[in-house]
Amino acid sequence: MITRRLFEALGARAWLIFIGFVALAVLVPVLHLVVPEGQPFHVPTFAVALAGKYLAFALLALALDLAWGYCGILSLGHGAFFALGGYAMGMYLMRQIGSRGVYGDPVLPDFMVFLNYQELPWFWYGFDQFWFAAVMVVLVPGLLALVFGWFAFRSRVTGVYLSIITQALTFALMLAFFRNDMGFGGNNGLTDFKDILGFDIQADTTRSALFAASSIMLGLGVLLVAFVIRSRFGKVLLAVRDAESRARFLGYRVENAKLFAFVLSACMAGVAGALYVPQVGIINPSEFAPARSIEVVIWVAVGGRGTLIGPILGAVLVNGVKSVFTAALPDLWLFVLGGLFVFVTLFLPRGIVGALNLGWLRRDRGSTTRAPTEPPHTDPAKAGDSGTAGRPATVPAAE
Amino acid sequence: MTSKQAGVLSAALLTAALTVGAGAKADDDTIKVGILHSLSGTMAISETTLKDVMLLLIEQQNAKGGVLGKQLEPVVVDPASDWPLFAEKARELISVHEVAATFGCWTSVSRKSVLPVFEELNSILFYPVQYEGEESSRNVFYTGAAPNQQAIPAVDYLMEQEGVERWVLAGTDYVYPRTTNKILEQYLKDQGVAAEDIMINYTPFGHSDWQTIVSDISAFGSGGKKTAVVSTINGDANVPFYKELGNQGISAEDIPVVAFSVGEEELAGLDTEPLVGHLAAWNYFMSVESDINDEFIEAWHAFTGDEDRVTNDPMEAHFIGFNMWVKAVEAAGTTDPDAVIDAMVGVAVPNLSGGYASMGANHHITKPVLIGEIQDDGQFDIVFETPGLVLGDEWSDYLPDSRALISDWREPLACGNFNVETGKCGGQGA
Amino acid sequence: MRLIRLLRFCAALLALCAPSTALAEEHPLRGQINALAEGGFDHVETIVGDLAATGDPSVVPTLEALGEGDLFYRKDDGLVVIAAKAPGRKYTLSDPLTDEALGEVKRSAVKKIKVNNKLRRAIKAALGGLTLRSPDAATRAAAAEAVFKARDADAIDALDAALAAETDSGVRALMTEARAAAVLGSDLSDDDKLAAVDVLLARGDQEAVAVLASVATGTGPLAAAASDAVTAINNSLALWDGAQSVWYGLSLGSVLLLAAIGLAITFGVMGVINMAHGEMVMLGAYTTFVVQEIIRTSAPELFDYSLAIALPLAFFVAGAAGFAIERGIIRFLYGRPLETLLATWGLSLILQQAVRTIFGPTNREVGNPSFMSGAFELGQITITYNRLWIFIFALIVFALLLLLLRVTSFGLQMRAVTQNRAMAAAMGIRTPWVDALTFALGSGIAGIAGVALSQIDNVSPNLGQSYIIDSFMVVVFGGVGNLWGTLLGALSLGVVNKFLEPYAGAVLGKVLVLVFIILFIQQRPRGMFALKGRSVET
Repeated sequence: MITRRLFEALGARAWLIFIGFVALAVLVPVLHLVVPEGQPFHVPTFAVALAGKYLAFALLALALDLAWGYCGILSLGHGAFFALGGYAMGMYLMRQIGSRGVYGDPVLPDFMVFLNYQELPWFWYGFDQFWFAAVMVVLVPGLLALVFGWFAFRSRVTGVYLSIITQALTFALMLAFFRNDMGFGGNNGLTDFKDILGFDIQADTTRSALFAASSIMLGLGVLLVAFVIRSRFGKVLLAVRDAESRARFLGYRVENAKLFAFVLSACMAGVAGALYVPQVGIINPSEFAPARSIEVVIWVAVGGRGTLIGPILGAVLVNGVKSVFTAALPDLWLFVLGGLFVFVTLFLPRGIVGALNLGWLRRDRGSTTRAPTEPPHTDPAKAGDSGTAGRPATVPAAE
Repeated sequence: MTSKQAGVLSAALLTAALTVGAGAKADDDTIKVGILHSLSGTMAISETTLKDVMLLLIEQQNAKGGVLGKQLEPVVVDPASDWPLFAEKARELISVHEVAATFGCWTSVSRKSVLPVFEELNSILFYPVQYEGEESSRNVFYTGAAPNQQAIPAVDYLMEQEGVERWVLAGTDYVYPRTTNKILEQYLKDQGVAAEDIMINYTPFGHSDWQTIVSDISAFGSGGKKTAVVSTINGDANVPFYKELGNQGISAEDIPVVAFSVGEEELAGLDTEPLVGHLAAWNYFMSVESDINDEFIEAWHAFTGDEDRVTNDPMEAHFIGFNMWVKAVEAAGTTDPDAVIDAMVGVAVPNLSGGYASMGANHHITKPVLIGEIQDDGQFDIVFETPGLVLGDEWSDYLPDSRALISDWREPLACGNFNVETGKCGGQGA
Repeated sequence: MRLIRLLRFCAALLALCAPSTALAEEHPLRGQINALAEGGFDHVETIVGDLAATGDPSVVPTLEALGEGDLFYRKDDGLVVIAAKAPGRKYTLSDPLTDEALGEVKRSAVKKIKVNNKLRRAIKAALGGLTLRSPDAATRAAAAEAVFKARDADAIDALDAALAAETDSGVRALMTEARAAAVLGSDLSDDDKLAAVDVLLARGDQEAVAVLASVATGTGPLAAAASDAVTAINNSLALWDGAQSVWYGLSLGSVLLLAAIGLAITFGVMGVINMAHGEMVMLGAYTTFVVQEIIRTSAPELFDYSLAIALPLAFFVAGAAGFAIERGIIRFLYGRPLETLLATWGLSLILQQAVRTIFGPTNREVGNPSFMSGAFELGQITITYNRLWIFIFALIVFALLLLLLRVTSFGLQMRAVTQNRAMAAAMGIRTPWVDALTFALGSGIAGIAGVALSQIDNVSPNLGQSYIIDSFMVVVFGGVGNLWGTLLGALSLGVVNKFLEPYAGAVLGKVLVLVFIILFIQQRPRGMFALKGRSVET
């Protein structure tokens, strides 16, 4: 009974995607660990690490999709939540190094010894415990989103204004984290991790496990998003996206709905960051760079926002293109990447998923009847939130 | 539908991951050399030149018949000034392209990012840029200057030649300036400079509005004592800094600025007329007078097809590092990393200033320290040169926590952070 | 190196021991001057002192050339000469004592006599003593300043003599101050020194503090007077500091304004989230570079006009790029403003890489024309000319733009289209054309901002990136769609930033400003100057 209800609450698509990721979580480690090197189906360490990174990015993209694609909150600062989650995990990993750092200090990470810290700053307490770090991975981005969103949504900061202040948020955090006085390692960030939960972070098995964890977390993320948008509450989210004022006039607490979506999205981004850090081995303030957050928006747009699979596809595709071309065409890859963005925006306005026109992929409630656009406030000066204003009637594009 | 869905996703994921992997299989007739320098993003300004110089060195070596009878093949990737991408690309170079050695990185953070990768996969990195020290890895050869090869001689020079008594330590807020300034602060205090005669100032990356800081410096400098600025300001921010200095009329005679990150390349973007007399401390200047330097510059101009391209210190570091690697590979008779790492220690090759650079057991090299004054043609006039060569000191004697540490990668010690007080490898011990 | 030095020394010795008789007869100082070629900073400094002590004005050209780094010696005979660069890797030589031309030689035939800062200071002080009675008032003023800095008690006599002959009141004041500084460093009586303290108190700047501080230590009436004077000067300087911060803030604000004002059109008025705005600025800066490069190679005398030439060109180049972008991409995206973000982001990557490919990744040199170099003093505030001109320029651009929007028919059409597109079209306005021109206008203004920014910042492919976020902050803070908001937003953010900087440091100051913007937007969700009326929330 319960499984059946769960199944119905989430829809077949979400479950299929979930199963797909669970399968991937099993398949790749098996191909990596069991199939011997040299065999055609062997997956090398390099590919596992890379794919794991893509999956962490995909989870971040999915998180942004929840806020932007389903609720119309275009955050240009989601990298901040991702990085905060990453820092929480990084702090745990730093504490795990223990006395194996270059100075051999049993408690203080190398960079603190280096900067003459006498004792651990208070905000580093507790990070030697994995459970504490795990809680912080969700809690810190969630709290920041809560405070930020609470003020922003209550004051009805919308549209471009919201986007720009989220950008200001991540920019401010970047500058702050760059400061060595902050106690987060400054520009060098946190690096040179040794092990996680007692396992050597460079071991093939650990890598496989991290990949599997990313894959399963992404699957769970899909289920979670599917659950939210298929619930009654999810319909409010879609209503807010499509016509905020109307939803408000109908008596819904628009700001609460937005706040919930924003906080949930931030928590997911934090988890993505936590999965990312052990797989790439470094977390540094440049993750807060506004350009990073814009990139995330682009992954979602390329894949197709307002869909479950779109952001995942977009994240993997864009990062895949980047990985391939930074090696194949080191002098020209920016032309390729830039060209891709322009092309997708012009010719695939609903992203790849929309363009593929695979009915099952984009048959989301609320997105079948109208294109999943953000509230079409055509003019930021009049950045309204209804779907009726604006100038689509006379836009040159209509010619 | 089921298979379609799972198929699309996993196919996309795996193809993306694998196409990168499937890029190239090792070709047995050549030896591959990885070049890991940013060609886009903020660091492209400095690093692109180093990619070019590596291509030149490899071309020259191939013309001489390559190494071990094989041609060298450069593998260029673009880590795009993106630190995690540095780690990814390092892994790609080593495990996919199977390079014999990698020449790359500029910023400390990029080196820190790739360090675990080189150690895990046991490969070799040559790091060509002056850095903060406090590190010694078996897999990395540091061909740039450690603080004792740049900062301390420069301060000595200012104290003795210019009679400087007040010091402004201005830097960009990251680990290299922080460490250098810490070392210098301790050093200056040891020399009897009072705490109130030292002003330390940090600015963010790419800082472009220097009005306040320059006027603060000028106020600090008018306290009646001869004042100098020791600048560890990072590349990008230097142009507006020097422009502001010039415009506010602070000349080198009033308050000289000695910089550790400003070389010929940075000056190429500046009108140096108002900057004449400001100093830089390096281990190589393009204006060094030696035959080998003339040859190198000529080859460089021919290679780039541009008579105006300058040479600088990190380029020389690559020149030394590359020649050392070639020599070590030939001595070892193989490109196997372990054999090459062992063969590297003690290798000596000519540097561009007419002497020899040799690789120490701590994987740092010996260098002369040169101090140059900026000229109006964007070049440096060498005004001071250390009488002998200085070996890079990876663990500074002026930092309390690293004073007792040494590094020696030869057997039987084979340790990067040996504590001479406790007699144990592994820092201070518990 | 060693060997070369030895050779040089021998050459100099030879020159000393066996000077050609003609030269020896020609000038008594020849031997001393040729000894300069022996090198060694201390040695050269001694000679400079000796030359200065002769009081012979004929050594002035030698010393000047030495200070400028133009003094060379011939490798073959060790003769010290003044060398000027000539085309074809050659030098034109002349005799430092007689100014007689000595023909052209290859660069390798001569060697420069090295100077360092210490030596340059000694030379300046020596020249100061020698040029105190120069016929040119500006030279005398510079000489007085040099003597002031040297604080050399030996200069008092020379100063007294010069003062007696001095007619220019400005120079006189400078000489009096220089004398006061010298007196404080001498062993004259305390009464003389007390008078000197008063002179320096009247001067009232940092340098006066520096001189006074040296006698303010210890006890006695002189030390007390000096330390009182130091306190008094410091108090007045603290006031000036506030004024200085305001000016720095306004200057930073004017840079922000320039960077943002084009965006206020493309983003503020048209609603295009133009992430390629920074690259339009970059195009303008590179246009300046190209213009200067052409001028340098073909018409160096026009260099001071380079910016005037670059301005219209930059406007045109960036405007044309903007026009092309609008016609090629943006026009398909109206009604989907957030997607303009994606397309323009892609464009900005392409433009950056294109510039990197064409001009190389390194900084390019853009020089300051003479009217933008240097600084002047306003009270105790140092105002640099380039900052002043940029401030004025920003205001002019702002005023012109405002006029364009208010007065011209194009401005009217533009406003009509943005306010009610359907109605404007019905009135016969060619809205697509207006869109394209508006975007081109915004981009063109970004281009001329690039000309100005090339004067203070790096001209590199990353130029645009460093301004784009600040520009968006300014426009949003000021209120989207309101030019006055952009002006006030930019200037107030600049001033706030500069007042925070001394207390919080440059990094934290900027963080605080960003937090301030975030909080401000919570209070006024539409920026400082929100457009009022129904349009706000349709």
